[in-house]
Amino acid sequence: MSPVNDREVVLDVRNLQTYFKTDAGIVKAVDGVSFTLHKGQTLGIVGESGSGKSVTNLSIMRLIPSPPGKVVGGEAIFEGTDILALEEKEMRTIRGNKISMIFQDPMTSLNPFLRISTQMIETIRLHTKGISKNEALERSIEMLKLVGIPSAKKRVHAYPHQFSGGMRQRVMIAMALSCNAEILIADEPTTALDVTIQAQILDLIKNLSEKMGTSVILITHDLGVVAGMCDEVCVMYAGRIVEKAETEKLYAFPAHPYTEGLIKSVPRMDTSKKGERLYSIEGQPPNVIDLPPCCPFHPRCPKAMDVCRASYAPITDLGEGHEVACWLYNSEEEKAVALKEAQA
Amino acid sequence: MKQPILQVRDLKQHFPVTSGMILQRQVGSIRAVDGISFDVYEGETLGIVGESGCGKSTAVRSISQLYKPTGGSVIFNGIELTTADPRTMLAARRDIQMIFQDPYASLNPRMTVRSIIAEPLVIYNRRNLLDPPLSKLEIEHRVEELMERVGLSKVFKNRYPHEFSGGQRQRIGIARALALNPKIILADEPVSALDVSIQSQILNLLSDLQKEFNLTYIFIAHDLAVIQHISTRVAVMYLGKIVEISEAVNLYDNPLHPYTTALLSAAPIPDPVVERNRQRIILTGDVPSPDKERFGCYFYDRCPKRMPWCSNHIPPMFKRGKNHEVACWLYDETRDYHDVSMEEAKADAAKASK
Repeated sequence: MSPVNDREVVLDVRNLQTYFKTDAGIVKAVDGVSFTLHKGQTLGIVGESGSGKSVTNLSIMRLIPSPPGKVVGGEAIFEGTDILALEEKEMRTIRGNKISMIFQDPMTSLNPFLRISTQMIETIRLHTKGISKNEALERSIEMLKLVGIPSAKKRVHAYPHQFSGGMRQRVMIAMALSCNAEILIADEPTTALDVTIQAQILDLIKNLSEKMGTSVILITHDLGVVAGMCDEVCVMYAGRIVEKAETEKLYAFPAHPYTEGLIKSVPRMDTSKKGERLYSIEGQPPNVIDLPPCCPFHPRCPKAMDVCRASYAPITDLGEGHEVACWLYNSEEEKAVALKEAQA
Repeated sequence: MKQPILQVRDLKQHFPVTSGMILQRQVGSIRAVDGISFDVYEGETLGIVGESGCGKSTAVRSISQLYKPTGGSVIFNGIELTTADPRTMLAARRDIQMIFQDPYASLNPRMTVRSIIAEPLVIYNRRNLLDPPLSKLEIEHRVEELMERVGLSKVFKNRYPHEFSGGQRQRIGIARALALNPKIILADEPVSALDVSIQSQILNLLSDLQKEFNLTYIFIAHDLAVIQHISTRVAVMYLGKIVEISEAVNLYDNPLHPYTTALLSAAPIPDPVVERNRQRIILTGDVPSPDKERFGCYFYDRCPKRMPWCSNHIPPMFKRGKNHEVACWLYDETRDYHDVSMEEAKADAAKASK
């Protein structure tokens, strides 16, 4: 069924762990995250604020401020090398060149003092050897045209504040893709935008990734955006991936109680009825400082068992790439063993 | 026939744009709200939906007189608020409360939860506007009762806002709004800053409170699914105007205005099967700036169905069926404007302006 998953693997993240040292204790922002990204695939990472979705991707880009943060474990294999172990100098040839990133707020990610042309030429010349200024400018105009900026030839010399939010995000996408990046990491690219503009930008990302064969990691909290954009989805909670599946499967058969609750708690325009009570997950997201070594969702979980309060659930493969970290899918013996170990 | 609790007529809120360092001259105005009219009935929820800059927040702030409206009238329970003297206004405000979007910015960080929730009671008590007057102990009890009602344990009453999460802070804001037993609550994007799982808790709390205290809501959001879930009626705003207003069910099943249609089709639905088979209307361009006077339809620049006529004739509200009104020339039953050429439309507009 999944032609995407048979394609070549572009990025293989294994057991990534990123911790932050704070006065209150160690924050395990990302704690053992693994996923693979295939060529041309759009992978969604969904989770609520503080679940570690942005930190995961900043770790891959090696943009975690250190101190206080540190990637303490794991690897990310890109083109045969572990980019987490690269020297900063080597990383620079990859960052922005082969792996690009766009951020939530396009105003803060563009320099307000420099013309768009200056910023784009700088990026292109930094990453393409032996390209002249004029060639880089031509390239910038071409990219701006590609992302649908009207009268690009004139607009390329404008300053960021002369663009609207949606237009700025287009400029960011043009910059990110100007070096033919193989991976585009989009961190909540449309959260700051209006729905009609969001539709434009998502449409653009989708078309460009199809045209240029770029793999996309889309970080979002919006389950609607994921449904329309992604081939595969990882659901994160408190620094861990709790479920991973193809998009259709995840929405049709959510296995983890958190995923199920999340999907049920969003009001839907097409099917929900007026006056119906919304499903809601009780309680608050966990405090990630000094999390106990057990399922982080258990205090809010309607199906929590003794073993959930004692130990982390292992990842269970439900078939066809559908993975879930929940004790519900383990045998009684496994649970008994884990419970005993935890008590000992 | 039910009497409306709130009547808004041709409400306008223009903000002056000034130029010059010392002698500030007014060089123009931002027409944030440009003539909106609607009624709100007791116990219902009127949802206002629209993109950023369409004037939805300004509209509720003008209604609650936080901004002095430039024109039009707001009648609450028979009292005209725009011309009310301060004392009448103070009394009326007890019945009109607000909940704000950002639970981080709308609570004073230096006040404890107790003093935040008690503040409206203390103010009205001091001015003898409470009937009967409350003693200190009674205020204390009322605060505890309110906290429990919105789902906060009363043991937290001596804590400060920063010790709470976003959802809990929004509960504090709701408790504060409820303190004076208001009749109507104006909620300005109360769930937009919250996570999905918390959003549904707050939406459920708001609808429980509505039933319990027979509250009337004006509820602003940009999320169409949230608006549909909570609203009895919905008004769609664009560039300071209401373009369509209707019962919620009708609006979602049968959107009339081209903007409403585009808005509904742009909103993602959390279901991959539905999403893949959907036809999107993708609007081109951005929302224009509301800084100049317009003589035609406000949506003209981006409308996929525009006609020459629309460029210089502002559409009035056309009635389509029960409680469904739309500001679009396509729905004028007396005339079809498709064949009107630009020249004819211009001539007609010129004649009308004379």
